[in-house]
Amino acid sequence: MFDIEKIRGDFPILKQEIYGKPLAYLDNAATTQKPQCVIDAVTCYYEHDNANVHRGVHALSERATADYEAARKKIAFFFNARSEREVIFTRGATEAINLIASSWGGAHIKAGDEVLITHMEHHSNIVPWQMLCERVGATLKVVPINDRGELIMDEFDALLSERTRLVGVVHMSNALGTINPVKSMIEKAHAAGAAVLVDGAQAASHLLVDVQSLDADFYVTSAHKMYGPTGVGVLIGREQILETMPPYQGGCDMISMVTFEKTEYNDLPYKFEAGTPHIAGVIGFGKAIEYIQGIGFDAIGQREKELLDYATAKAEVFDGLRQIGTAKEKACVLSFVLDSVHPHDLGTIVDREGVAIRAGHHCAMPVMQFFKVPATARASFSIYNTEAEVDMLFAALKKAQAIFA
Amino acid sequence: MFDLRDLYLQVIVDHNKAPRNFGKLARFNHEADGYNPLCGDKLHVYLDINDAGIIEDVSFEGEGCAISVASASLMTEAVKGTPLSGFQKKFETFQHMVTADLEETPDEEKLGKLAVLAGVREFPSRIKCAVLCWHTLKSAVTDSHVVAKTE
Ligand SMILES: Cc1ncc(COP(=O)(O)O)c(C=O)c1O
Repeated sequence: MFDIEKIRGDFPILKQEIYGKPLAYLDNAATTQKPQCVIDAVTCYYEHDNANVHRGVHALSERATADYEAARKKIAFFFNARSEREVIFTRGATEAINLIASSWGGAHIKAGDEVLITHMEHHSNIVPWQMLCERVGATLKVVPINDRGELIMDEFDALLSERTRLVGVVHMSNALGTINPVKSMIEKAHAAGAAVLVDGAQAASHLLVDVQSLDADFYVTSAHKMYGPTGVGVLIGREQILETMPPYQGGCDMISMVTFEKTEYNDLPYKFEAGTPHIAGVIGFGKAIEYIQGIGFDAIGQREKELLDYATAKAEVFDGLRQIGTAKEKACVLSFVLDSVHPHDLGTIVDREGVAIRAGHHCAMPVMQFFKVPATARASFSIYNTEAEVDMLFAALKKAQAIFA
Repeated sequence: MFDLRDLYLQVIVDHNKAPRNFGKLARFNHEADGYNPLCGDKLHVYLDINDAGIIEDVSFEGEGCAISVASASLMTEAVKGTPLSGFQKKFETFQHMVTADLEETPDEEKLGKLAVLAGVREFPSRIKCAVLCWHTLKSAVTDSHVVAKTE
């Protein structure tokens, strides 16, 4: 059973009022709130176990290392990685993509090659590839989208060629909510000889992700969008590929032997983890994963669909509202514009009603360009959101319309 | 408590709905672009400055939130017919008003109608919406040819 009251109780931040109104936090695509267990795990690490990892023989360092590596194990299991060697901690999805573009891309993408991304990528899965293409003389190709905000698969098939080295695709779009058919895209890309990077920054808290069943070469996400701390994320990479990649950054932890003549690099996953990592963050990430597992994706998926359906039904009959992103397969995101109110004004007005939404381009400016809007307002939902909060949103929208009437 | 109506005063709502001096000037000798990447606001201002250094005419085009459109509209009214030296003073007075302490009452004598925008002080993330047009006008006056930003 999905016990919403209990779940809400797990998130201390939700108990507050904003301008005298109960907080309705509907900006989960930007970052999710943290349950008490994650906050406690981070605090407990600093209160009891703080030490550097992989470096000390003293008790604290051994505890910190054990907890850090235990989190890696949990995360490997969660994504069904083949082993912990495939789990590389980064600062977040953005750094993970930059790592791949720089290390793998730098080694494998040459002049004349193509990188194929989609029109609905987040800037963090556009710009690193643009930078790389510019550097090596490769070409960036883009799979177009239709009016519902879905990838046009015929175009994907047509754009995929023997020149395509890498396909970069977002699993679930933060601006539109669209869930992309990544499994079949990966199959096709592999048939064409291309590697695939899946940006799971949004998807990983809403959908069960199995990197082996997807057969993804690289899967990236950020802990902070999965009820974990900011500043930490993960790259799950296929071991055979990671083995062949040069290091991303140099430093300690990523080496096994350093002399001035030559450095030998450490084994996976440490080869890609230069410097002292975000130890507390990784431990908190592990706890957040446990939290998600405790609820389970069946229950999460069912509940989040129920809530999105409720919000979508309201949006459809709301006068003057145009939804941006109406894909058949979508989750948790209601992106829209109102006839009479600019999204930015809307953001301010609903905030005064206690409702937190995002107004802007959502780091996906090409999506805004496609729909010919400067920005959208976006409500994005999570496991702790309620129908009452959706009602608060729509009441606040009415108020905004009244101000501009 | 501060009310939304203190930000979205009727004057602002009106200027947003029916911006004054909107569109391209038939004759102009200065222009500039302004852009606020955070919210996607885009402005273009046109200026006609005569030989005596007086702003004979001014207009703007673009899209943005109500605060940025109303502020641009009010700005064109406020600077039309003023000498350039007066513009610089108005710029500073306006900038001061939107960033001043909340306790400070805006100097309505100097600011005139522009004082209706004092409410943005309560909304720190919206201040740049109100000042974008002023920065854009300043670029036009100085022919800087760089896109004006507020940061
Ligand atoms: C789809 C998608 N990809 C990538 C990112 C980047 O994540 P981060 O900023 O945590 O690195 C985000 C975050 O907004 C996202 O929504």
